[in-house]
Amino acid sequence: MTIDHTYGVPTVAFHTHTFERVVRSVVEVSGMPHMRQVFVPMPVMGKTPQQLRAYIDGNDPITGRPVMQEVIEGLTKPFGAEELKEVTFERSTPRLVEPDTEETLHRLFHDNLWTDQLPIILPTEERVAAMLAHTSHKPDEVVGHMRATVFREYWEYTVEKVAVNAVMAGARPEYFPVILALAATGASARGSTSSSAAAMVVVNGPVRHELSMNAGIGAMGPHNHANATIGRAYGLLSQNLQGGAVPGLTYMGSQGNNYAYNNVTFAENEERSPWAPFHVQHGFKPTDSAVSVFTGCRSTAFTLGLREKHWREHIRHMLRGMDPHNPPTLVLDPLTAQEFIDRGGFTSKEPLIDWLYDNARMAASEYWDYQLIQNYIYPRATFGEEPWASKLKALPEELIPMFRREDIHVVVVGGETNPYWRIMGCNYQKTISVDAWR
Amino acid sequence: MARDDKITVLNPMGYPPKVTHKPLAPRLETLDGRTVYLVDCRFDDADVFLKQVQAWFAEHMPSVRTILKPISNVYTKDDPVTWSEIKANGDAAIIGVGH
Repeated sequence: MTIDHTYGVPTVAFHTHTFERVVRSVVEVSGMPHMRQVFVPMPVMGKTPQQLRAYIDGNDPITGRPVMQEVIEGLTKPFGAEELKEVTFERSTPRLVEPDTEETLHRLFHDNLWTDQLPIILPTEERVAAMLAHTSHKPDEVVGHMRATVFREYWEYTVEKVAVNAVMAGARPEYFPVILALAATGASARGSTSSSAAAMVVVNGPVRHELSMNAGIGAMGPHNHANATIGRAYGLLSQNLQGGAVPGLTYMGSQGNNYAYNNVTFAENEERSPWAPFHVQHGFKPTDSAVSVFTGCRSTAFTLGLREKHWREHIRHMLRGMDPHNPPTLVLDPLTAQEFIDRGGFTSKEPLIDWLYDNARMAASEYWDYQLIQNYIYPRATFGEEPWASKLKALPEELIPMFRREDIHVVVVGGETNPYWRIMGCNYQKTISVDAWR
Repeated sequence: MARDDKITVLNPMGYPPKVTHKPLAPRLETLDGRTVYLVDCRFDDADVFLKQVQAWFAEHMPSVRTILKPISNVYTKDDPVTWSEIKANGDAAIIGVGH
């Protein structure tokens, strides 16, 4: 779009028909509602040249008109008077919803797609005020900005807006500083990627005990009020404060993701972990309370323990089974963490991460052929960005690292009922102080 | 509270930014004799698709000069180098394929 309005080059953009609503919406809020668009059938990826030629020789599945006729017209047909009209306008969101009965308001919240389809607590002024009482920050203070994708506009939100969503999720007021910290990351738990990603949240420090969070048996499941509702609040605030997560419009995850109900929210089991807590690895003191956010959670691999004879091969295969664009975070029961020390001598997380980096390898030709590597890494490699530019020089059969070392992480959680563990494919975003939001 | 009592609740949505009009470039009178860049956004086999667009022009509008041009980096990043090149050397652009 930049090339048309900033550089003055008449432009037509091709899109696939599944994304029509998204495309129309994005150009509208970008102030270019009459940007010339032409649609072809989904998918383009994987089709033969002959099949794609048939798309081009055929009709636009949205308008029913010949594709190339629309392209030519898009570049040569002058804009009409209606299309040249000024489209600048302010938008806002009212603070209150029109008063109504509880039953009607529940229906309204559901119909407006303000919920996650589960029952919510209506955010009355009293409930929101109780939430706000658990932070020193003023209700109208801007917490941050969030958007569903890089092509969408950032929406802004205040402390009060975060409190409204926290109430809806059923969070207790004392959880509010953690929820504010999550909002302050600016990382959406409802990213609109067709890959259907969710988030993962790791809480560290004294706040875990203050809120009676679970780091032991069942910590990643629906067995603890704080874990459950903090994670749910993160999802609700993401979708509502970024401007929605409406399927087909502001949410395009093709399959969806069940992790998104509470975004895999848990406390790290610092007391039973043999290693430094995650937030300490990222510059905080052990006595600080902090929350860490990971996004892009889609895939997990799991196994039981580390077998004496073949543990290295087992882990290599687990890593090898991941998409190389989705780096591994090891989520280890404390018993497994101890096994990593016993079997591999990994007395801290760092040498374990080094080992994982060295052992997660695949042939260069195979690596570069992954679609997500083609979409997101290959262009950066050809642009000269390291370490990918160097990887591009590898011979086809050369085994190259699947991931960057800095993208590999380890957290410890679980109740030691057995040394089960898993690898979550995800992207670490940031660690934020909870204390700053008290 | 009675079942029919009305209550007041807060709106959970954030604050959207202002929409600011961005005028688009005037269209060309004709494509005859013009240079059209086919801009490969390097996403999901867009290059394969645009080669077919190029073939269509060669077959149906041979007076149009087409240049297949991949963007410099990943599609999520702005690409002023490529946009400047097209502005300097081209007359129009066709970008594909976004989602």
